Amino acid sequence: MAGYRKRIKLRFRKLYSFSCCKSTFGDDHAQIGQRGYSRVVYCNEPDKPAAMKLDYRGNYVSTTKYTVVNFIPKALFEQFRRVANIYFLVVAFVSFSPLAPYSAPSIIVPLIVVIGATMVKEGVEDWRRRKQDIEANNRKVKVYVKNNTFNETKWKNLRVGDLVKVHKDEYFPADLLLLSSSDEDGICYVETMNLDGETNLKLKHSLEVTAPLCDEQSFQNFKAEIKCEDPNEHLYTFVGTFYYDGNQYPISPQQILLRDSKLKNTDYIYGVVIFTGHDTKVMQNATDPPSKRSEIERKMDKIVYVLFTTLILTSFTGSVFFGTETKKDISGGKYRRWYLRPDDTTVFYDPKRAPLAAFLHFLTGLMLYGYLIPISLYVSIEIVKVLQSIFINKDQDMYDEETDRPAYARTSNLSEELGQVYTILSDKTGTLTCNSMEFVKCSIAGVAYGRGMTEVERDLAKRRVYRPLEMDDSSSDAPVHIDDTVDSGKSIKGFNFRDKRLMNGQWVNEPHPDIIERFFLVLAICHTAIPEMDKESVEISYEAESPDEAAFVIAARELGFEFFERTQTTILLHELDHASGKIVARVYRLLHVLEFSSSRKRMSVIVRNEENQLLLLCKGADSVMFERLSPRGRHFEAKAREHIKRYAEAGLRTLVIAYRELSEDEFRTWEDEFLKAKTSVTAERDALADEVADKIERDLILLGVTAVEDKLQKGVPECIDKLAQAGIKIWVLTGDKIETAVNIGYACNLLRQGMKQIVITLDSPGIEALEKQGDKEAIARASLESVKKQIIEGGSQLSSAKESSIQFGLIIDGKSLAFALDKNLENLFLELAINCSSVICCRTSPKQKALVSVTKMVKIGTGKTTLAVGDGANDVGMLQEADIGVGISGVEGRQAVMASDYAIAQFRFLERLLLVHGHWCYRRIAMMICYFFYKNITFGFTLFWFEAYASFSGQPAYNDWYMSCYNVFFTSLPVIALGVFDQDVSARLCLKYPLLYQEGVQNILFSWPRIFGWMCNGVLSSIIIFFLTSNSIIDQAIRRDGQVADLEFLGVTMYTCVVWVVNCQMALSINYFTWIQHFFIWGSIAFWYIFLVVYGSLPPRVSSTAYKVLVEACVPSPLYWLTTLLVVISTLLPYFSYRAFQTEFRPMYHDIIQRRRSEGSEPEMPELPNQVKVRMHHLKANLRAE
Amino acid sequence: MYVRKLFKFLTFSSFVAYVVDFEFLFFHYVVEIIDRYETVCVPESRRNDTIGYIQSADNKTCFRRLNVTKQMKQPIYVYYQLDNFYQNHRRYVKSRSDQQLEDPNSENDTSDCKPEDVTANGSAIVPCGLIAWSLFNDTYVFSRNSSPLAVNKTDISWKSDREHKFGKDVFPKNFQNGTLKGGAILNASIPLSEQEDLIVWMRTAALPTFRKLYGKIEQDLQPNDVIDVTLENNYNTYSFSGKKKLVLSTTSWLGGKNDFLGIAYLTVGGICFFLALCFTIVYLIKPRQLGDPSYLSWNRNPGGH
Repeated sequence: MAGYRKRIKLRFRKLYSFSCCKSTFGDDHAQIGQRGYSRVVYCNEPDKPAAMKLDYRGNYVSTTKYTVVNFIPKALFEQFRRVANIYFLVVAFVSFSPLAPYSAPSIIVPLIVVIGATMVKEGVEDWRRRKQDIEANNRKVKVYVKNNTFNETKWKNLRVGDLVKVHKDEYFPADLLLLSSSDEDGICYVETMNLDGETNLKLKHSLEVTAPLCDEQSFQNFKAEIKCEDPNEHLYTFVGTFYYDGNQYPISPQQILLRDSKLKNTDYIYGVVIFTGHDTKVMQNATDPPSKRSEIERKMDKIVYVLFTTLILTSFTGSVFFGTETKKDISGGKYRRWYLRPDDTTVFYDPKRAPLAAFLHFLTGLMLYGYLIPISLYVSIEIVKVLQSIFINKDQDMYDEETDRPAYARTSNLSEELGQVYTILSDKTGTLTCNSMEFVKCSIAGVAYGRGMTEVERDLAKRRVYRPLEMDDSSSDAPVHIDDTVDSGKSIKGFNFRDKRLMNGQWVNEPHPDIIERFFLVLAICHTAIPEMDKESVEISYEAESPDEAAFVIAARELGFEFFERTQTTILLHELDHASGKIVARVYRLLHVLEFSSSRKRMSVIVRNEENQLLLLCKGADSVMFERLSPRGRHFEAKAREHIKRYAEAGLRTLVIAYRELSEDEFRTWEDEFLKAKTSVTAERDALADEVADKIERDLILLGVTAVEDKLQKGVPECIDKLAQAGIKIWVLTGDKIETAVNIGYACNLLRQGMKQIVITLDSPGIEALEKQGDKEAIARASLESVKKQIIEGGSQLSSAKESSIQFGLIIDGKSLAFALDKNLENLFLELAINCSSVICCRTSPKQKALVSVTKMVKIGTGKTTLAVGDGANDVGMLQEADIGVGISGVEGRQAVMASDYAIAQFRFLERLLLVHGHWCYRRIAMMICYFFYKNITFGFTLFWFEAYASFSGQPAYNDWYMSCYNVFFTSLPVIALGVFDQDVSARLCLKYPLLYQEGVQNILFSWPRIFGWMCNGVLSSIIIFFLTSNSIIDQAIRRDGQVADLEFLGVTMYTCVVWVVNCQMALSINYFTWIQHFFIWGSIAFWYIFLVVYGSLPPRVSSTAYKVLVEACVPSPLYWLTTLLVVISTLLPYFSYRAFQTEFRPMYHDIIQRRRSEGSEPEMPELPNQVKVRMHHLKANLRAE
Repeated sequence: MYVRKLFKFLTFSSFVAYVVDFEFLFFHYVVEIIDRYETVCVPESRRNDTIGYIQSADNKTCFRRLNVTKQMKQPIYVYYQLDNFYQNHRRYVKSRSDQQLEDPNSENDTSDCKPEDVTANGSAIVPCGLIAWSLFNDTYVFSRNSSPLAVNKTDISWKSDREHKFGKDVFPKNFQNGTLKGGAILNASIPLSEQEDLIVWMRTAALPTFRKLYGKIEQDLQPNDVIDVTLENNYNTYSFSGKKKLVLSTTSWLGGKNDFLGIAYLTVGGICFFLALCFTIVYLIKPRQLGDPSYLSWNRNPGGH
């Protein structure tokens, strides 16, 4: 319930509990000096020979991937890890041998261009990181030097053992041991936002022995030694011993200030540097997020292998023909092709050694037909993806004005994956909701207060099944809505409670004012928040561990119990004295804090009030609280239970508030026991302490129930609705109760009217009875059976409704989920879950493991793209496990964002990210890759057909430099423009027709038939180009002066046709034309002619066969132009007709939308095209079959 | 949308195709005479050993008679056409030295020319390489009604070749001096830039069947003229069973006789027209199943996409 996500963090919190337990040597301290615990720090004497000998690393930090020295080799190595690049590298080397069909520079130059472009990109990225490093390394910090002074120095110059002084709001330059602070107790507050994303302040305190060292003079003779653990990545542990004045003192994490956290609320601190630079915990923690590759890229690799196979096959075919032809050159002492001098030849053409010649020719073929493999594909895709992610970053519609946060693509290589998401796994709190709790209702002494309507209630009211709770108690009151806003003078964050009966001190007139008073006292005292006085407005704000807690303290304040100061042992409140009616300050002595933990599910404080009464104030989840009530404290239990149920239905988070009075004796005996448990040195110290705490948290007296609302984020229902319309399955994982989860499900459109619910739960009487007996095995067996039964039942419900269009929502609770994830049931469960359009997993444990295993199951089980959304530290595992992790950069800090692939400020931006950017990127990349293969196959195969007419000798039809420029200059830019700018339909239409998204989910644009279709189109184009060109211009004169075409003329004509065809094909495929596309496409063609003119006018030594070929031979020949025209028309005809036929008779979804738009009519929801429907059915059927 | 685009495309293409074909029909009038002679020019007694014959030192003179059926306006281009001759073979194409051809100082730059790079005693062959070595050496002498018909052999090569690729001060040297004779012998006193037969030959052909320009007859030939050709059948195409043809042809603005391009345009135009017709018929018979049948507005709304 209350912030389940928080509890992980809470485990590490030791706030205030130090007062009841002195630091002691734990088990771990025994290990000091041994392996893993060998660090020695000589405080204040970094120059000591012994310290120098240890030679710990400096504080210089570098997060760059490369250094100036290793950039070239390392970046090159990275590049050549790709199969295709290795191939080209090998080709480049071999091209120096006579095997090569072309000159070496002509293959090396494009390779350098391509590799260079990628390396420049890497370099620029690394340079940015370097700039950040430089900034961090050159920050200033004060370091103690001799003569009792602190001098400023740069962070990077800091050494282990240095004494530093850090001022308020400065970052700690390294991991420090806190010696003393401006506070005489040696206390300071830190903010660890950069480490774990928590925004609340943490309290650190120095060892008592060092606390007096609080001015420059005292460090004159300060010498000490620290022995501690070696650098490691655990942020919340630290084991060390402090040797000072001949004594040993244990060091705990309480004394450690970590690099990158910030000093707050404390003027300055002194500390000793323990870990520097890369040894610091934060740097040790900085691991690269796991690199993810998109589905399409993996498929692309397969296509590259297909092309390699094709390459090998064509080369092989060529060499077989070459071998036989060559062998025939000498037969019976006679020379057939005497002009080749077969009698006096090299090994490459030797008829006597034809098999060897054929083999060597095979290698030549591999190089020649290498143009089948698009050399620039990878770099083009990388460029395109970077540009795409810039588009995502710059999208105004994904910019959140409130937090001033744009969307941010942290990785660029998953953009097309965004268009293929099949399942979304979402965390609830903070992701769907704002995670800003508002105190809206409470039930005190069996009376329900609070008149605000929650979003869920409004939604329920719409469905007319809900009767607001207040009507029961005060039916005479005016309708709730009118009251709603009457006394809300100003809106207070975290407080949305409207009830005249309690506000403005009116509660004294209620039936049980004493209970009400206690109730708010608990809220005001039982917490760990820290008040912060705003000096200007005299307003108090609170730094709380969780928004729930802040909401309680604020509620207490608003109702007259203002918590305004906290010292180590006291809590001070401004209270309304209801005898005198005045506001008085009261002191509560804080004796113990029994902390919140996920297993305890409650928190208590023991205080002594001014009347010297000992009070135990407790708040906790209903599941643990009701059983702890004393028989005489159960007066309102029935009412409270009912209210809890109603609150849960209204989507509120509830906590039970109770207290008890303690007698002095009872407290003393308990305290002894508790302290003993706390200071025990056994491993299960925490468990022991919990056990003891449990003893005192009994016989409680029920006061009431609080209900806070976690508001849904803006636009969440609409967004979920759109995503559901797009056919994306949504799983929500929440810690809420089933009722709450269901109602929130309705409120955010996860469950819709007319949707059937399948509920799987273990809250059945049979199981509960077993639980009471406590036979674990029997429970497990019975639970498994029950879950299995329920899953099967659900399955049969589904299959019976198969024909109708009823949608299903699955609700499963945490316990059942654990059983459902069991190996035997997993498939059964998955099958059920996949066929439900939404799944809500409620009461899931906050452990990362559960989230990760669900994510893993969905990812592997469906075999489709899974996207996880989350905002908190506990979602990190889920985000990294999913194919795409989207972090919400909300109030919970940066942890999730740092682990995500995309960061957005609000859940609702997911709609645009997926339906618009995802769809476009998927489409662009898919088109781009298909087109890439098309253009290279077209080109590569013209070479092959020519070979067939050159007895497969390996003579290319084109000049070397034409070939090498093909991928780099004449065809690369249009395809990049396609990859960056193309859009089939506008963003508005993408959102209007969410079903369009299914094109990506079903991978229609990148299916094997489509890929092979493009490949075949390429082969067809090459056939048409070669045969039409050669037949048109060969033999007869090509112009009036009787000249005939030679090899060069044919080459240029064919090449011209290829450039035209490939670029025109692009123009046909593009949906979205701006001047950029026009410029690139027609510019590429024009560039070819310009290239020919320029290259051809170079002296013949350079231009060789291309010398003046365009100017002298081609331009004056009408045949050249007519052939180009003929070839272009006839090559485009097949594809064009196919497309026209397809859009007309078997349109895809985007075709329909495009047509509607061009007609100017946009009906609301065009019917799903038949083939898409059929595919969707197939999809389902396949999954069932598995 | 696509259909509309396609219609534009089809209409445009068929229009272009018919314009081009119209040109072919009315402005592209070319007369061509082809005479295949590689077999007829071998005496019947030697026809079972053509290779032996061509390699012997016998007299290879051969007489052919060509009948002109239609008027041929000058210039009439004389071509020889070889078949099954792989001038585009990689070994062959690469076997030349452009440096040597252009620059007398690069005479010894013959590394690519093996085995026709140097003579037995090591001096460079100019022009080196297999292409030059295998220079075509059949010759034709024409006469009409017993009066000689001059063949102009200048300006038959590419201008850029003459002026920039073949040096004016480069002279043949040690050419065809080896034991194995290839093709023609060059006059060592004429610079390469004026050896136009060589220049033409050295522009390697694209496909195994090719024509090369031999010369120009700069007189009109009338119908029923009889041309006597005295030819020296020296060149060995017999070992690789290649045909040899003598071709006389006029040209038009489009160049030589080119049936293929005309037919291709006709076909493509036909296909375009046919497709356009199909689509129209399909529309008329079976209006769009999806949405609005008034979609046929493509001709009503030509400005669309």
